[in-house]
Amino acid sequence: MHGRPRKPLKPVDEAAVAAKAEKLRALQSEFLSNHQNKIYSKEAVELSAKLLEINPELYTAWNYRKLAVQQNLAQCESDPESVNSILNEELKVVENALRQNFKSYGAWHHRKWVLEKGHSSMDKELGLLDKFQAMDARNFHAWNYRRFVAALMKRSDEDELEHTQNMIDKNLSNYSAWHNRSVLLSNLMKKAAPGFTSKDEVLTREYELVREALFTDEDDQSGWFYHLWLLDQTVRSEFPLLVSSWPVEGSDISLPAADYLDGCASMNVFHYSSRNFPLVLYFNQSVRGVNSSTVSVSCGFNLNADLIWKPLSSNDSQSAKVWATHLAIPDAELHSSEAYQVEVKVGFSQGIVSTTGVAYGHPSQISFQLHLQKAPVESGQDSRFGRIQWKDDCFAVYEPGSAEPDLVNLLDNLTIKNEVESTASTWQARIIDDETNIFRDLLDCKIGKLTVARLLTAYNSLRPLDKPVHCKEVLELYSELMKLDPSHYQYYKDNHSLVLLQQVTSSKESLLSRCFHYRDSTLSTNGSPLCLRLNNLGISQLGSFEKLLWVQMLDLSNNELQSIEGLEALQLLSQLCLSNNKFRSFTALESLRYLKSLKVLDISQNEIGSHSIDTTRYLFRSPLSHSVGSCDWNINYLSSKTYWEAFFVLKDMGLTQLDVAGNAITSKSFNVFLEKLLPTLKWLDGVEVN
Amino acid sequence: MSELPQYPPIDPTTFDLIVIGTGLPESVIAAAASTSGKTVLHLDPHPFYGSHFASLSIPEFNSFLNSNSAPPASQSCPETACPSDDPNLSIINLNCRSLYSDLEISSFSPTLLEECSRKFLLDLAGPRVLFCADKAIDLMLKSEASQYVEFKSIDASFIGDGDGALLAVPDSRAAIFKDKSLSLIQKNQLMRFLKLVEGHLRATAASVGTDVNQSEKGEERETASRISVEDLESPFVDFLTKMKLPAKIKSIVLYAIAMADRDQENKEISKQVLKTKDGVDRLALYQSSIGRFANASGPFIYPIYGQGELPQAFCRRAAVKGCIYVSSVEINPNLEFQSSGNYKGVKLASGQELFSNKLLLDPAFTKSSPTSSPDDSLCARFDFLTAQNVKSKVVKGICITKSSLKPDVPNLLVLYPPQSLYPEQSTTVRVLQIGGNSAICPMGMFVIYLSASCEDVAEGKKLLNRAMSALLSFPDCSESSSIASEENVSHPVGAEEGKPTLLWSALYAQELQTTGQSDCITSSPTPDGDLDYNSVFHATLELFQTMYPDTDLFPATNPSDEHSGENAES
Repeated sequence: MHGRPRKPLKPVDEAAVAAKAEKLRALQSEFLSNHQNKIYSKEAVELSAKLLEINPELYTAWNYRKLAVQQNLAQCESDPESVNSILNEELKVVENALRQNFKSYGAWHHRKWVLEKGHSSMDKELGLLDKFQAMDARNFHAWNYRRFVAALMKRSDEDELEHTQNMIDKNLSNYSAWHNRSVLLSNLMKKAAPGFTSKDEVLTREYELVREALFTDEDDQSGWFYHLWLLDQTVRSEFPLLVSSWPVEGSDISLPAADYLDGCASMNVFHYSSRNFPLVLYFNQSVRGVNSSTVSVSCGFNLNADLIWKPLSSNDSQSAKVWATHLAIPDAELHSSEAYQVEVKVGFSQGIVSTTGVAYGHPSQISFQLHLQKAPVESGQDSRFGRIQWKDDCFAVYEPGSAEPDLVNLLDNLTIKNEVESTASTWQARIIDDETNIFRDLLDCKIGKLTVARLLTAYNSLRPLDKPVHCKEVLELYSELMKLDPSHYQYYKDNHSLVLLQQVTSSKESLLSRCFHYRDSTLSTNGSPLCLRLNNLGISQLGSFEKLLWVQMLDLSNNELQSIEGLEALQLLSQLCLSNNKFRSFTALESLRYLKSLKVLDISQNEIGSHSIDTTRYLFRSPLSHSVGSCDWNINYLSSKTYWEAFFVLKDMGLTQLDVAGNAITSKSFNVFLEKLLPTLKWLDGVEVN
Repeated sequence: MSELPQYPPIDPTTFDLIVIGTGLPESVIAAAASTSGKTVLHLDPHPFYGSHFASLSIPEFNSFLNSNSAPPASQSCPETACPSDDPNLSIINLNCRSLYSDLEISSFSPTLLEECSRKFLLDLAGPRVLFCADKAIDLMLKSEASQYVEFKSIDASFIGDGDGALLAVPDSRAAIFKDKSLSLIQKNQLMRFLKLVEGHLRATAASVGTDVNQSEKGEERETASRISVEDLESPFVDFLTKMKLPAKIKSIVLYAIAMADRDQENKEISKQVLKTKDGVDRLALYQSSIGRFANASGPFIYPIYGQGELPQAFCRRAAVKGCIYVSSVEINPNLEFQSSGNYKGVKLASGQELFSNKLLLDPAFTKSSPTSSPDDSLCARFDFLTAQNVKSKVVKGICITKSSLKPDVPNLLVLYPPQSLYPEQSTTVRVLQIGGNSAICPMGMFVIYLSASCEDVAEGKKLLNRAMSALLSFPDCSESSSIASEENVSHPVGAEEGKPTLLWSALYAQELQTTGQSDCITSSPTPDGDLDYNSVFHATLELFQTMYPDTDLFPATNPSDEHSGENAES
């Protein structure tokens, strides 16, 4: 029962308890012997009923009764009256058992089983449910059973919706009723039942209802969950769309010519040291079916084989928001002076489908140019092994107007314009706008602040092309919430981080202000790599990856990150600094496995290894433990068992520079392990590896 | 007046307590005294139980009010008191004063009512309901009088306006949620206020209930949610203003939940300004009443067969405990005194002398004019029995209709807060409709009780008339629509604008008087102007304590509370 304090057990005298237990034991052993000997006599069946009324949790007894019923039914198949009496007896036993324990899974299941035999008047079942729900209106067993009965008797969703309304009217703190409402409405909207054809009207009605509940009692959480569901229904785009891509439309990419490819010497704004040129597609939701037939790539040179698109997702499912492939640039054929036009056509043929089954319906095309470029040869070979230092004085900010035209062009075109989306979102925007105005009246309470923050964030998510509005207000709201409600600090902090990143990535200007030239004594200015520095922002979660696909060098140091989930979208990433964060294990860095270009990694000054039990694996969607099975354990490193997480994440990476100092895990043996694991490593914790 | 006793003489003749009148206070005290082992004689001049709390059929009602209405004069005993048999005793005559005045009865459908006039049980002291968490209920459970009464839940309560619109009182979370007239922010404000009060009450209860040492840590937290002492002593209306509640919410809280009688905003006019602590207590009573009994839908219940059942239940309880009952006894009691001036007993009209240590009198009894008494000094001691120049009155109305004020809601309460009917309205008008399912009238008919406190009867009647015309249509009051009204007479159900048509009405004024007491003689209070029984019971319990300071009131025998809730029938 909900909201009712448990009464202390009445003191009972031990002798009585012992006697009861003895009686139960005797019953139980007698029952088990009946069961084993397949005795289904009247007396034996009655014995099981007696037992179940005392202890409804005895699954064996329910199963025994099922066998008995089957046997008895087989004997009297022709006589409907005796069939009825057999099944009625079962319903009676279940009802008595439920009186003993309303939450007995076995009892509810048995009742379903009897009903599935086509027995009992359904009205009687609903009556019984009403009786049980009067005792405990939220009990989810009863609600589950209600859904089962309603489906069996083909009760209309409209009637059931009415029932949830009545239950909510009686007591608005009824999670189960609100939940059932969301299920029923989803069904009705899917079926486009009369009165439920327009999503916009249905949602508006529901917002009005839940609003009454929320304003009546802002402390009651059941309504807030429903509101969250409504908001999700409003904002979630039904249609899969391409949000962004690498390279961006109309970009001009310079590649070092074949001779220099391995040299990594060309330091233009974008430089690739590999012959595999990555293509990345970033969708607004998880999709499947991205392959060489649904995405066609044409370029001036011949592709040797069909491109293989891979979902960038750490679980093994074949769907992901981000898909990547690599163009293998052939050595021959290409002439350094030529520009090659590459066209990527997405969704011109059927096959890309969202996880909810909606087909990708807005074909889009991305074209860009590839240049092969002969770059001047760098003076010394040192730069090749030059150690990247993530020190402030190694970074020079872009002077206004000094940015390279290709960078400006890139930052102007980070997201793909989908006209379909912007027109469809008008009613959503209206709803959210209305809701925001109404909930501003509740800004003096915690949940009011949170809702306004959520609504404003949702508003921005509807218009991904426009500059986000109200960011400052949302950030302030989350800051207030962190102070007001310290027990949920992390939740507010994470949301704060996401909005902050949205703000930072929202415009060319703000991104440029965080773009730096990296240069140190060993590198000349014109060859200096471009680094996006998102350090010292206090962020605890990463987001806005769709705007960061171009990033090759990323500084995330001095934040409060615990995970880098999502970072796998940044396929160009070759230098990454994660020092001074709050990573507790290598599991939290699992995304690194997908960053094949990564050469330089700094994870120093974290908390890796300080927690003997890695709880983070339970927090993330794709716990490492799931993928362990596929791990190749044949390589028998000395310490791979001790450092299996590090082994799993770092193996096969072509790191040349790694910083791990300042973590609990670091030790001499760990360093030895790393050196063995990473044969390409040149620098470990600032020390040159032999 | 016949000298012959109409009844066989009462035997025995000496009691611990003689009670005259079977009103609720008298009946409770009779039951309490008998339960504590006192010998009690309970007399009533009327042929029915309940005196001023009785429920009567239409003819009984007419004759009771007619014979008990002002102008007074009728009942005084013209002849000088017959001397006592014992020359040592002196006599004071009592008059039966009228508590009622300004009676107006109008019948618009005599034939219809003629047939079933005896099927009505009209409450003299209506409109009145019980809060489920009322002290009265507790006392009934404790005294076991509850086993003689069954209750019906009042289905809904409303706030009315001058146009006849009825808005449900948003008195609980579910009601606030469903309410259609409050704005979102008003819902929020009202609910927050109710939670604030709830928090205060919880904190108060916790600090009372727990050991001081034990709860030191908790205390600090609890005091935060408590309402400050200054606020508790301030007028409730000021506290509501301080809490920034809008006028509409204030009005709901003050008049429909805290049930304030007088206009709280106008403190110069109003003598009864509710303090915050009292307001909070009333809110607590209201809230704890909701859901106390599973089959009562709201906070209020009403006794099936009418209010008269309550005193009767206590009388039955008293009888079980040995109290002797004599009703329809012609009393015209003369008090008898010893020469020392101490009360000795009562002499009935029959001439029989009955002696007791204490006497409890119906509030209608007054000492006759001082001159008629032989002993002035003696009289002076019983001045409290002289009819006080009572200023405070309550005007009551009873209406009978054939349709409900709200379809499908037979039992309902309507409150007209001050100024809701017209700007000069300074007291709340309370309206209670009881339907045939409470067995007080034929099925399909409804009795509507109204009341308003007032200083001046004309003003009070104006108030009730205004409320009645907001709620009901009068069959023959408007000359302009004579055709319509004729139709209404012939088809009284189909009323104008769907308002129920008035079939019968009575308006009367009742004096309000509190208890009076001297040594051994106590005068019980008249029915008050409240909607509930709280004050009546409170005053009664105090009376009992002063009469018998060392006696427990209905000492617990075997606690059998729990079954009693089931008496409330839904």
